[in-house]
Amino acid sequence: MRGGRTLKAVIPGGSSAPVLPADIMMQTNMDYDSIAKAGSMLGSGAVIVMDDTRCMVKSLMRLSYFYFEESCGQCTPCREGTGWLYRMMHRVEHGRGTPEDIETLDSVAHNMMGRTICALADAAAMPVRSFIKHFRDEFVHHIEHKDCVVSKYL
Amino acid sequence: MVELTIDGLKVEAAEGSMVIQAAHAAGLYIPHFCYHKKLSIAANCRMCLVEVEKAPKALPACATPVTNGMVVHTRSDKAVAAQRAVMEFLLINHPLDCPVCDQGGECQLQDLAMGYGESASRYKEPKRVVFHKPMGPLISAEQMQRCIHCTRCIRVGEEIGGIMEVGMLNRGEFSEITTFVGEAVESELSGNMIDVCPVGALLSKPFMMSARTWELARRRSVSPHDSVGANLVVQTKMDRVMRVVPFENEDVNECWISDRDRFAYCGLYTEDRLQHPMVKGCDGQWHEASWSDALQAVVDGINQVREESGPAQIGAIGTETATLEELALLARLTRALGSDNVDFRLRGDGAALDGALSGAPWLGLPIAGLNDLDRVLVVGSFLRKDHPLFAQRLRQAAKHGMQLSLIESVTTDPLVPVAARMTVAPSACANALAEVAVALAEQAGQAAPEAFAGVQPGESARAIAASLASGERVAVLLGNMAVASDQAALLAANAAALAQAAGGTFGFLTAGGNTVGGYLAGAVPSQGGLDAARMLAQPLKAYIVLHAEPRLDSDLGERAVRTLQGSALAVALTSYRSAAEDWADVMLPVAPFTETSGTFVNAEGRAQSFKGVAVPVGDTRPAWKVLRVLGNLFELQGFDDETSESVRDTVMVGGLEGRLSNAIRTAPGLHAPAQGLERIPEVPIYRSDALVRRSQPLQEHVASAPPRAAMNAATLQALGAQDGDALRISSAHGAIELPAALDPAVADGAVRIAGAFEQTAALGCGQGQITVERI
Repeated sequence: MRGGRTLKAVIPGGSSAPVLPADIMMQTNMDYDSIAKAGSMLGSGAVIVMDDTRCMVKSLMRLSYFYFEESCGQCTPCREGTGWLYRMMHRVEHGRGTPEDIETLDSVAHNMMGRTICALADAAAMPVRSFIKHFRDEFVHHIEHKDCVVSKYL
Repeated sequence: MVELTIDGLKVEAAEGSMVIQAAHAAGLYIPHFCYHKKLSIAANCRMCLVEVEKAPKALPACATPVTNGMVVHTRSDKAVAAQRAVMEFLLINHPLDCPVCDQGGECQLQDLAMGYGESASRYKEPKRVVFHKPMGPLISAEQMQRCIHCTRCIRVGEEIGGIMEVGMLNRGEFSEITTFVGEAVESELSGNMIDVCPVGALLSKPFMMSARTWELARRRSVSPHDSVGANLVVQTKMDRVMRVVPFENEDVNECWISDRDRFAYCGLYTEDRLQHPMVKGCDGQWHEASWSDALQAVVDGINQVREESGPAQIGAIGTETATLEELALLARLTRALGSDNVDFRLRGDGAALDGALSGAPWLGLPIAGLNDLDRVLVVGSFLRKDHPLFAQRLRQAAKHGMQLSLIESVTTDPLVPVAARMTVAPSACANALAEVAVALAEQAGQAAPEAFAGVQPGESARAIAASLASGERVAVLLGNMAVASDQAALLAANAAALAQAAGGTFGFLTAGGNTVGGYLAGAVPSQGGLDAARMLAQPLKAYIVLHAEPRLDSDLGERAVRTLQGSALAVALTSYRSAAEDWADVMLPVAPFTETSGTFVNAEGRAQSFKGVAVPVGDTRPAWKVLRVLGNLFELQGFDDETSESVRDTVMVGGLEGRLSNAIRTAPGLHAPAQGLERIPEVPIYRSDALVRRSQPLQEHVASAPPRAAMNAATLQALGAQDGDALRISSAHGAIELPAALDPAVADGAVRIAGAFEQTAALGCGQGQITVERI
């Protein structure tokens, strides 16, 4: 890693693909089957690599903002859900989260998946679910301490 | 047919149909918002998600075609989980202001939220704010945050109304239903957006905040305003009409009604309603009278005229929106008094038309048959404005290849693709039909019809002929303006000849809700009596005028009023004071269609009876009862009917077989071109009858804008005038002043001047030559 930092996570297939933490990623080959077995996908082939200075909450907020902006608004779950996810993430990131938010985020993302005409709702939901699955601690820390776990690095 | 299983039930469905249609046909309800059986499929609300075996995800029932052996579960855990998830998303940004929302109690979102929503929301973020949208005097879009983006209003406007006046702006969560920048919704079918809106986003503006749905009694009725005879549900509170919505009748109006049918009720309870019988005293002042005194004054007055001047000095005039029973009793009374002067057509040359007709003129085919036509020629009609729902049916037919041709005096946009058209002055319409007939004969390699010898068809006539010749189910339909013209008989003869040559049907669109019924009721002169135009041109001694407002309804305009003023006794059976107070001697308050039982016979000859839906205002009585009592007071035979049904049955005895006929007895021919300028006497959609004219919201609509003298650039130039210049316009009946307006759509040599307005009453509402000069 640049500057001798440690690898924290990789999104192996563009921003909609589920994130994989470093320990899983480093044991996985970059091929379709292996990545699928590890719980993500190669997707667009764009790879996002994150080191330990990255805050996963802020990263997810940025991803959610992207999907909130991109939703066309045709289908109900995506039109309403992307905004809901982004607003919750914005709250958590800015220290106004509540402990229930984590479950709500996961459940809203789950409710969006597979219920729209195109795949944008799934694309918005997959990062949310995987970030929470693999980095729940960071979310909890944000909510409890109204502060970032990695802020000391910055 | 395809067989599938829905919730364990074996269901048969047509190939290509959707799961939701199969389910609804089998009586299984699938929750939905954006799906509407008459509209295209959007599949955007996602409320109808169901589980289909072997499909990994829940599928939208409205957009999933049925296949053989498909197994669908609409209430499985997977389906219900999807539906509940969607409901939560729909509700997060919805204001949940049901207690103050007009839709509360009749809201699809509210109803389904009871079944699929949670009692508390998990959404803690600020809700979306959406600005209100100005949509004109009929539709309220004050609370657009209630919108759930189902797009039904967009689709109803585009597919049923034929015009996209509302659309979706922006993207994602910021998408908003809106009109085009700053413009109101002006379609004549716009009110249907209110019906299809599943939430309280689009509401009826006149009805706003006046009643809750559960306070309203629902009563069926029939619309009198056009010849469709749209079936209505009139909703009343404390026996007053509060709102009108469609009653679904697939053969007549489907599930739509025009804005005229929907909002005309606003004219029912105006200050102008005549509450008590009124008699004009020797002092020239109006005095309230009891029914018995007023009726006695009528009987004495008419008896005096009968004795002194003979019964031929009595004239009776009805309207095309009066009921079958009223017109039948009016005719019966007039004839029993010894006169044959009875007519219900205030526009056009009734006598000439009667000379050509051999029965009651009608559409010539069932209304639903309009959808199946493949070539249609409409002559002399403002189709969209005169018959919004016929235009709607032709719009649907056009989607399956129907070609519409028009012969008209103003290049109107019927919002149906037009295959070919001729825009000619009113007096040239008969010759335009001749041109098409000659072109048709030429194209078939036959000699031109003798009556049309010497006619050289132009290019547009050839295009119309080619279109008519290429179809199998052809119709030639005569519009309101053609029938109201002084050449109606010739137009009918030429159109009938053309229809015959094209192997098609000839029909009349017919103007009022009971035009066909008026003929069946015998409310036209049959033994040499005078028609309405002649009764109103020269004073008779006594008049009985039923529902009509001669100043605005008659071709003669103010001249008709002067004629009536010149009589010894003018009796007005009317709902409105201002319709008669300047010419009548006795005014009898009679019920509009909402307060009487009766029957309207629509364009296809369908007799639709209805009951009174509201309590009569003041001393108002149903007109059929008033006429019956008058018959009794005159001590005449045949006035013993106890119910309106028995009056109807007397008229309809023997059915309609052979009584509806579009056979024309007069010969086709040519008309010498008129000299000078001609008037195109348009009756704007919301000026068509007394009730509509008193509906405030309809009068605020752009379609009721004050009349102007519209003409094309060449005509305007010939007058040396410019758009906006003041013009003096004179006809045989009188003169008025109007501003000029440039309208390239108007035919050469013609000026489009709307009738049925106070401003043009002096000019009358008839077709014919006018002189125009700059002042």
